[in-house]
Amino acid sequence: MDVLVCVKRVPAVGAEILLTADGTAIDTRHLGFTIGPHEECAVEEAVRIAERTGGSAGVLTVGPPETEEQLRYALSMGADHAVRVDTPETDPDPEATAAAVTGALGELPPYDLVLFGEASADAGHAQVGFRVACALRRPVVGGVKGIDLDGDRVLLRRESPEGVEVHEAPLPAVAAVLEGLNLPRYPTIKGRLRAKKAPIRVLDGPGATGGLRTLRLRHRPEARARTVVLGHGAAAAPAVVDVLAELGIVP
Amino acid sequence: MVLVVVERDGDGTLTEDSAEVLAAARDLAESLGVPVGAVAVGEPGELPDDLVKRGVGRLHLLAHELLTDGSPACLGEALAGLVADLRPAAVLAPSTDRSTEAMAWAAAELGMPLATACTEIRPGDDGPWEVTRERAGGVLLEDAALTAPIRLCTLRPGSPSPSETAAADEMTVHVVVPELRASVPRARLVERRERAAGMTLTTAPVVVAGGRGVGSSEGYAVLEELAGLVGGAVGCSRVATNNGWRPHADQVGLTGTRISPDLYVACGISGATQHWVGCMNARSILAVNTDPEAPMVTRATWAVIGDVHEVLPAVVDEIRRRSGR
Ligand SMILES: Cc1cc2nc3c(=O)[nH]c(=O)nc-3n(C[C@H](O)[C@H](O)[C@H](O)COP(=O)(O)OP(=O)(O)OC[C@H]3O[C@@H](n4cnc5c(N)ncnc54)[C@H](O)[C@@H]3O)c2cc1C
Ligand SMILES: Nc1ncnc2c1ncn2[C@@H]1O[C@H](COP(=O)(O)O)[C@@H](O)[C@H]1O
Repeated sequence: MDVLVCVKRVPAVGAEILLTADGTAIDTRHLGFTIGPHEECAVEEAVRIAERTGGSAGVLTVGPPETEEQLRYALSMGADHAVRVDTPETDPDPEATAAAVTGALGELPPYDLVLFGEASADAGHAQVGFRVACALRRPVVGGVKGIDLDGDRVLLRRESPEGVEVHEAPLPAVAAVLEGLNLPRYPTIKGRLRAKKAPIRVLDGPGATGGLRTLRLRHRPEARARTVVLGHGAAAAPAVVDVLAELGIVP
Repeated sequence: MVLVVVERDGDGTLTEDSAEVLAAARDLAESLGVPVGAVAVGEPGELPDDLVKRGVGRLHLLAHELLTDGSPACLGEALAGLVADLRPAAVLAPSTDRSTEAMAWAAAELGMPLATACTEIRPGDDGPWEVTRERAGGVLLEDAALTAPIRLCTLRPGSPSPSETAAADEMTVHVVVPELRASVPRARLVERRERAAGMTLTTAPVVVAGGRGVGSSEGYAVLEELAGLVGGAVGCSRVATNNGWRPHADQVGLTGTRISPDLYVACGISGATQHWVGCMNARSILAVNTDPEAPMVTRATWAVIGDVHEVLPAVVDEIRRRSGR
């Protein structure tokens, strides 16, 4: 079975986030980049499916040349081939991203299953996978935490407010997955070396833009009182239990 | 019209999130001088009466077996058809998984943009509307321009304060049987299992969570013990999940679970933004950390500076001593 995973390059932010002077983006001068945890699980799942079925696992990203770093990371995890759809923007509007992915899928050999993250790690629009499925008229299930193959159909498990649901879809299908689907592997040295030399196919982007434009980014206002330090080490235990008693948590 | 996608609980009552979206829709509709309509799936039940009290005079009920047995994409397809007919100024939905997925499909079908996870909507006179949305679960806020003939938005809970509204004069219910094209291959629900009863991370009044500072999977024994004593659940950071110390179901944060317990005890967790968005709605936070400068410590209500494995056993002993257990 041939599986394709769509991944996005995002800044790996820590506890403090600096914004650029014009306030429209994260200041990434001192940051590394990564793919989101949902997408990492999607890559892991694609590699496992390819191994199990003797198929292939591809990865695709939409963005400028530097996003190839993330494709190589996916290759080092065991993906077989990589595609970059060339666009000037690193954080395109979700309509534009979906158009680029849809266009690429029209040019590439067919895939049985296309995997997305439920939401990208930086923008979190939670829509690109559904837009692509709609454009291609493919069945789609989101929030997926379990994938089982069964001949020409796939069983997709997700959680809902009521409990656990299993959806069945005919192939080819689309799924948006969540972290927890599996425990992604760490790349091996051999995988890294292979990924370094692997060719990356580059396709032209459609140059479309969508109707959602970022004006500025802001930190959320925080209203927290100053921290009360209850003490150091084991000696703080009575003060901690006083607090728990005050909260009514212990008698 | 401002059209609101409303969801109902298992027993048929309007969800809290949907009630909040209705309140926001009323404010928006008032400023635009248009009425509010609602759209829901299935039988009317108590919904029309409830909506009238909330100032809604028109309800569209989508009736199709695929809307209960299908995936949210089916709802998206049905919604797109209705929206294309009604041409409302805006469509608002709660930012639950189900509604977000349906709205994403509908937006694609309509060829329009969609702003998800909005906390505020500011209509423009002629030009684009401005929205504020949460990026990455609230790691940052984003002001964005939304340019479209019909503005599609999902709303995060906790935005508006529901004000008193005049009831609508009357209620018109339209039953709409959407045409779901037979040619489209779809996913179908084949099995539904109810969640086992019991305390979960989201319902626990106290969550005792551990991160890298706990050191190993065995290290969580003392967190389990404390959680047991205070009637709480155990949580963890992504480092703990990635190391295989805890199952992913325990993970608090952006790609884990968002929780709002009365007390969050964060042990050996630094407080990275992606973790913080999962616990920032806790009523109070107690941080246990060797580093007094850790962001979790400086943002907590209370802190103990020290090693998890010295502090927690002492706390457990002290609780047992006081309660004579
Ligand atoms: C897109 C994205 C999504 C993410 N989603 C999540 C998410 O959902 N949830 C999540 O948790 N993370 C998430 N992360 C990861 C996040 O950025 C951090 O890497 C992670 O939260 C750090 O976990 P930690 O605090 O346990 O470890 P660290 O950051 O390493 O912190 C360990 C802390 O323990 C303290 N410590 C060490 N030893 C002891 C001791 N003996 N006693 C007491 N304290 C000690 C240290 O002082 C330090 O403060 C995400 C990251 C990305 C990029
Ligand atoms: N620039 C991109 N390139 C490739 N895939 C992307 C890109 N942006 C988003 N995606 C995919 O779409 C999913 C949902 O993204 P979003 O709609 O932005 O939350 C992500 O988890 C990725 O799988």
